[in-house]
Amino acid sequence: MGPTPHIAVIGGGSTGAGIARDLAMRGLDVTLVEQGNLTHGTTGRMHGLLHSGGRYAVSDQASATECIEENRVLRDIASHCVEMTGGLFVKRPEDSEEYFQKKLSGCEECGIPAEVVSGEEARAMEPHLAKDIDKAISVPDGAIDPFRLVVANAASAQEHGARIETHSKVTDLLVESGEVVGLEVEHDSGPGKRVHGTEGGTEEIRADYVVNATGAWAGRIGDMAGLDIEVRPSKGVMTIMNIRQVDTVINRCRPKGDADIVVPHETTAILGTTDEEVEDPEDYPEEQWEVDMMIDTLSELIPMLDEARTIRSFWGVRPLYEPPDVGSDDPTDITRDFFLLDHDERDDLPGMTSIVGGKFTTYRMMGEQISDHVCEKFGIDADCRTADEPLPGSEDFSVLRDYMDEFGLRSPIGRRSVERLGSRADDVLTTDGPNPTVCECEGVTRAEIQDAIKGSGSDLNAVRIRTRASMGNCQGGFCSHRMASELHSEYDEPVVREAWDELLQERWKGQRHALWGEQLSQAALNYALHATTQNRDQDPADGDPLDFSAFDSGRGQAGSSVDSADVAADGGTDGY
Amino acid sequence: MAIESEVLVIGGGLGGLTSALAAAREGADVRLVSYKQSTLRQASGLVDVLGYTPDGDGPLTDPYEAIPSLPDSHPYRKVGVGTVRDALSLFDDAVPTYEGEHTDTNALLPTHGGSIKPTARYPAGASAGLASDTRDTLLVGIEEMVDFDAPHIAAHLDATGVPFDVRGETIRFPGDLRADAKVTRYAKLLDTNSEVAVRGRMVPAREALAQRVNPLLEDEQRVGFPAILGDDNPGAIRDALGEHLGVDVFEVPMGPPSLPGLRLEDALFAALDEAGASIETGNPVVDFDGEDRIEQVYIEKNGAKIPNSADEYVLATGGFVGKGVESDRDGVYEPVFDCHVPHATDRYDWFEGELFGDHEFARYGVATDDDLRPLDASDNHEFENLRAAGSVLGGYDFAAEKSGSGVSIATGYAAGQRAAEEAR
Repeated sequence: MGPTPHIAVIGGGSTGAGIARDLAMRGLDVTLVEQGNLTHGTTGRMHGLLHSGGRYAVSDQASATECIEENRVLRDIASHCVEMTGGLFVKRPEDSEEYFQKKLSGCEECGIPAEVVSGEEARAMEPHLAKDIDKAISVPDGAIDPFRLVVANAASAQEHGARIETHSKVTDLLVESGEVVGLEVEHDSGPGKRVHGTEGGTEEIRADYVVNATGAWAGRIGDMAGLDIEVRPSKGVMTIMNIRQVDTVINRCRPKGDADIVVPHETTAILGTTDEEVEDPEDYPEEQWEVDMMIDTLSELIPMLDEARTIRSFWGVRPLYEPPDVGSDDPTDITRDFFLLDHDERDDLPGMTSIVGGKFTTYRMMGEQISDHVCEKFGIDADCRTADEPLPGSEDFSVLRDYMDEFGLRSPIGRRSVERLGSRADDVLTTDGPNPTVCECEGVTRAEIQDAIKGSGSDLNAVRIRTRASMGNCQGGFCSHRMASELHSEYDEPVVREAWDELLQERWKGQRHALWGEQLSQAALNYALHATTQNRDQDPADGDPLDFSAFDSGRGQAGSSVDSADVAADGGTDGY
Repeated sequence: MAIESEVLVIGGGLGGLTSALAAAREGADVRLVSYKQSTLRQASGLVDVLGYTPDGDGPLTDPYEAIPSLPDSHPYRKVGVGTVRDALSLFDDAVPTYEGEHTDTNALLPTHGGSIKPTARYPAGASAGLASDTRDTLLVGIEEMVDFDAPHIAAHLDATGVPFDVRGETIRFPGDLRADAKVTRYAKLLDTNSEVAVRGRMVPAREALAQRVNPLLEDEQRVGFPAILGDDNPGAIRDALGEHLGVDVFEVPMGPPSLPGLRLEDALFAALDEAGASIETGNPVVDFDGEDRIEQVYIEKNGAKIPNSADEYVLATGGFVGKGVESDRDGVYEPVFDCHVPHATDRYDWFEGELFGDHEFARYGVATDDDLRPLDASDNHEFENLRAAGSVLGGYDFAAEKSGSGVSIATGYAAGQRAAEEAR
């Protein structure tokens, strides 16, 4: 065997991070580049469903079978990212009985454990379900945190020697003598962890092989080498509620349709989704009708949603792919299966394979197949271990702990912290000094924020996805400045200010779609806190120098406290 | 049999309190009812009049000078600049512990985010912290307090170009409070000056705090703390600390829960009580009778609807934050009397894409005539005997202008005074 091959993986979503982990565990040299934060693309914009496969049990049985297999694997290797909520496919009176039966037999055919429960039983499980729901099928759906999962995959890859570069956009593929030999990337703030305000620069990364795992962006990477990769991006909206109206995944039991799923996720419930083909994965309309449809349609299953508070909405883009000869008109008809496009075989351009299509639940399996494919290229005989080795955070993890004594944290905060950190809890939460709560909505303490900063540099959005800080009800209204202050121990003030502004703007972006009722009241409060009290909209640090001498410098400046004259010696009269 | 008064003020924030106070001082029989905790607990306690024009010019040195050029819809234009001054005089008289009345010029105050903001009146506790005061400054943060990171605030202040050297240090607060202790716990410890253990010795809390700061002090002439220096005795606490440290001591205004905001609320309630108004808090107005005039309102108390009647009414229920203006997916409304709130029909026109864009929602509220009487969609009075005050009013963006307290005080004063004149 010659020297270790160096593989460049493009894309820091679940697929890319899964591939990087797999290849690194097999002993290859890996460099992963991602244009934004980890999960910046499709992965960070999903509904958080760990599929049982039930959803595809009628329409796409191959995908369904893969889902149930991987569902079992992830429960094991990523236990700290998964909440096994269980799922229900519920049938309303107007929904087809025939389809209900098909769903049931489909689940059986794919090996998905499924049971019929009556309407009463379903309501006993989930009291807020509509009174007229006839019956349901229970399946092992779960909720999964895509951010935590990808960060854990990247951390594991790093432990095995991989280099992970975020905020590093691929600007060109290097093609020499008819072969892909590497990439050119533009680092937003230089290589390594992101530091706001730092000079970036371009880097040539030479590689023995390139894996294009950019999902909806795959066509763009292909264009750089004159390849035609026909990804059909399809957008979908997700609307986040401020509480969990249900603790079970609720699916509507009818053929594919918009607004047919509610996933309980951490402190929220996520309503989804739509399926609309778009031209550009980064620039597409985010529309009011989509949000309204989520609420109106899903209220048929859970009536209280109609009046409930939503904290934001976000859109994701599915990287759908179908072989050129299929030609579906409707994106909902396109298979959810994934494809390896070996550009040597397909386009006579050796040195690169693209992986397209597929879904989050099967990310590990996709990683395994492409890693097998890469190893085969180099004649490397190394087994895949990603299905057996737990991710960092999920090793020997049990949540039966006494946080109060252990970490001096109030119980709900301790419980949430330990659930997020899994087996890393001891390392992260054992501190010398006091460990106050920074984000009250999500129960995130200073120690957890500091741990995230170590992992992600000056990027508060990266801290956010690692910890959930600023992702609760107040959407950063109360904690953004605290998160910024946590950066200040490590970074200079201008760097902190830029990261802080970026976080505020990101939080605003999704909230705009939830601006009515309670959330508009919250947004108005946040606006007042940030603009009125903190004057961040007119922050003099960002503007022209002020003439301080033109303003009031106090009534008896110089020396004694201005109000001491009004205060009786016994403190009887008091100044404010 | 209804509970009767000449003037009934609905709302217990800055607008409602000023309104009730103005009416009571006019000699009217006033009753104030409020439902929830007011938004003063979320406010810094600073009293802004006008820091920036609606076009974003500023910080303004003289807020009064800019008022005549504000748009016609602005509440200041409805009451006039003279009324703004009179209203502030009432405020100065009612709350003697505030400073800033010695000049028309705005002050620049540091706040807990590390930026500075223009304001017209500030608590005595903040007065030694003015940014135009050139004395070097030490800021002291508490390790357990995530809302006030002194080194970060100092560095941010420095970036604003303040004319003094500023440094931030962090201490452990004496007395072993738990990491997530509320600001009121710190305040209470200092209010009571209870003894705390310091290296095995019992020392009064104020002295213990000063002892923690003393070794950190270099040659700064003033020391700023987060706004936690007492709820009942802030002046005495500041003096004690100042005496121990040999420097001026000030508080930096903070976000919620804000002690300066709560102290201001207490001061205004005390002044209102002294003026002889009757006050009922904790119960909502749920209904009313009347077509052209409001005959009576109903206050829900322990499940019963208690009628309250008055000659004149003042609506001071707040804006979106205080829930005096509400919205749903279909529109924006005023929930007590269903007064017309002009707004765009498409809710995607209510906001801008930029965080600090020119948001329409920030200006939503009831529209009034120059007498502060709410107008319906055809510009007719909603009710002959109703006036509105404070952030339930539309036509201005208090957060961008830094005009919130000033508008509440000025319109509260005008509405209260006119209601009293009308009723007598």
